[in-house]
Amino acid sequence: MDDVVLELESVVKRFGDNEVLRGVSLALHRHEVVCLIGASGSGKSTLLRCSNLLENIDGGSITLFGQPLEDKRIDPDQVRRHVGMVFQSFNLFPHLSVLDNVLLGPVYALKRKRADVREEALDLLERIGLRDRADEFPDRLSGGQQQRVAIVRSLAMKPSLLLLDEVTSALDPTLVGEVLDLLTDLAHHGMTMLIATHEMNFARDVSHQVVYLEKGVLVEQGTPEQIFTNPQHEATKKFLERVR
Amino acid sequence: MPLDSDADLSGEVPKLFGSRRSQFFAGRRGTVASTISVIVVMAAIVLVVYRAPGAAEFRSYFFNFHKMWISWAGDPAKGISAIGRALFTNIWMFMIGEVLILVLGLSLAWIRISQSPVLLPFRILATVFTDVMRGLPTLLVIFIVGYGLPALELPLVSHLPLAVYGVIALTLNYSAYVSEVIRAGIFSVPNGQLLAARSLGLTHRSTMRRVILPQAVRTVIPPLLNDFISLQKDTALVSTLGAIEIFQAASISQSTLFNGSGLVVASIFFLALTVPMTRFTDYLMARDRTRRLANA
Repeated sequence: MDDVVLELESVVKRFGDNEVLRGVSLALHRHEVVCLIGASGSGKSTLLRCSNLLENIDGGSITLFGQPLEDKRIDPDQVRRHVGMVFQSFNLFPHLSVLDNVLLGPVYALKRKRADVREEALDLLERIGLRDRADEFPDRLSGGQQQRVAIVRSLAMKPSLLLLDEVTSALDPTLVGEVLDLLTDLAHHGMTMLIATHEMNFARDVSHQVVYLEKGVLVEQGTPEQIFTNPQHEATKKFLERVR
Repeated sequence: MPLDSDADLSGEVPKLFGSRRSQFFAGRRGTVASTISVIVVMAAIVLVVYRAPGAAEFRSYFFNFHKMWISWAGDPAKGISAIGRALFTNIWMFMIGEVLILVLGLSLAWIRISQSPVLLPFRILATVFTDVMRGLPTLLVIFIVGYGLPALELPLVSHLPLAVYGVIALTLNYSAYVSEVIRAGIFSVPNGQLLAARSLGLTHRSTMRRVILPQAVRTVIPPLLNDFISLQKDTALVSTLGAIEIFQAASISQSTLFNGSGLVVASIFFLALTVPMTRFTDYLMARDRTRRLANA
C-alpha cells in the first residue's frame, strides 16, 4: 500500500528490565486518525515517542514514509520536522511570546524567513481565536488555550503526521472541549493523527481505527464501532467497563 | 469525648481577640522591635570601640584621618602608593575577569553537557579541569600562574604585567565554579522543554541556544553574581604577586606609616565595590521569588 505513513512491526522497547512495548504492530494511513486507548503504563506514550525517535526501539522496526527509522542514514531532526508532537503538559516555551512559540520551529528548524512565516502563524492563531493574544506570554493563557497554541505550534511545521500524547489529561474538565474540538476540526481536514487518549467519546467520534493496548501488547484493533460496541477480547471489555 | 461538633457551637463562642498587651503591640510590633534591636547593637559596638582597654590606641591606629588621607592620595617621597589609583587595578581585573570567566565557564559547561562522541576527550579534560580548579585554593593558583608563566621564559606570555597573571589565575579558578553554576541552571530547565524543542526538529545546538539557555540564565544570574562578588574581593589576593592594587597599597602605607588607617580605607573601597552588587543580587532574587510565587 502506497499511502502508509507510519508502520510499526513487532516493536519492542525496554527501559532497563521493564519491557514497555512487547512486539506491537500497527499501520497508519494517510488522512487516517488512530486512537490508542489503554490504562496508564500500557505503552501508549512510549509508542508515540518511538515514532518520532525521542526514544530508540530495542526490537522490530518502524517505517515512516517507507523509510526504516533504524537506518543509520536517518537524521532524527529531519524526521521530527515532518512529525509533529503535542504533549500532555503543553510544554510551551515560557520565555517566548505565543507568536514566537509558533515561529520557533519554522524559523530555526526549517530556516524559513521570520517575515514569511509570521502571517501563516497569525492565521493559525486566528483559527483558534487567539490572534489577539499573539504577543502575550504563555503563562497569561488558560490551560486549554496553551494546549491549543501547542497544537498550532506543531501545525506551523506543516507536519505530515501528528502525534498527540494525552493532550487533554492535564486540563480542567471545562477546558477539554475546546481542545478536542480543534482536534476534530483537524481530523475533518484530513490530518493524519496518532492519538493517545483517555477520552473515549472523542475516540469513538473522531477515529477511523481504535487500538487497545495493555501492558505493552496490542490486544485489539478495529473500527470504533467494533471496539466500543462489540469488543472481542475480555481485557478490552473489562477496560471499557472500567472507564465508562 | 464525643465527636459532636454541634456541642461546641451550642456553648460559648470562641474568643479570637488577643490579650490587651498584644493588642497594644499589634501592628506596631515590627517597628518597636527593630528600633530596640538597632539601638542595642549600635550601643554595643560604640561601647567596645570607646570603652575597651585599648580603645584609644585602636582608634588612633585605624581611624587617623590624616593618615587615611595619605594612604588614599599616596606619598611618592615615602614610597606610598595611592589607594585612589590602585583601586582601578582591582576594577579592571574583575571587569575583564568577569567577561573571561563567563566565556570560559560557559564553554566548560557546554562541553560537559554535550553528548557528541567527538567531544569525549574534551569532556574528560573539562571535567578534570573543573575538579582541579575547584579543589585548589585560589591563592595557590595565583602563585602557580604568577611565578610559573614568567619562569617558562616564553616570548610574550612570560613578560606580562603582574596583574595580568592575577586575572589569568582568577579566570582559571573562577570559571570552574561558574561552569558548575551554569550547568546546574541548565539542568533546572524542565525536561519537557527539551522534548518540545527537539520534537519541532530543532538541533541540539538550536535547542540549547533558543530554548534551554535563555531559561537557564534566569535561574543562574543570582548565584553567578554571588561568585562575582567573591571575585571582586579575591582580586586582593593578586597583591601576593606584588601587583599594586588596593590591598597592596594599603599594606605599604601600613608598614611605612606604622598605622593601619590605610586598611580601613581599603575596606571602605572594597565595600563600595561589592555592596551595590550584593544589593542588586538580593533584589534579583527577591524579584524572582515573587514571580515564582505569582506563577504557582
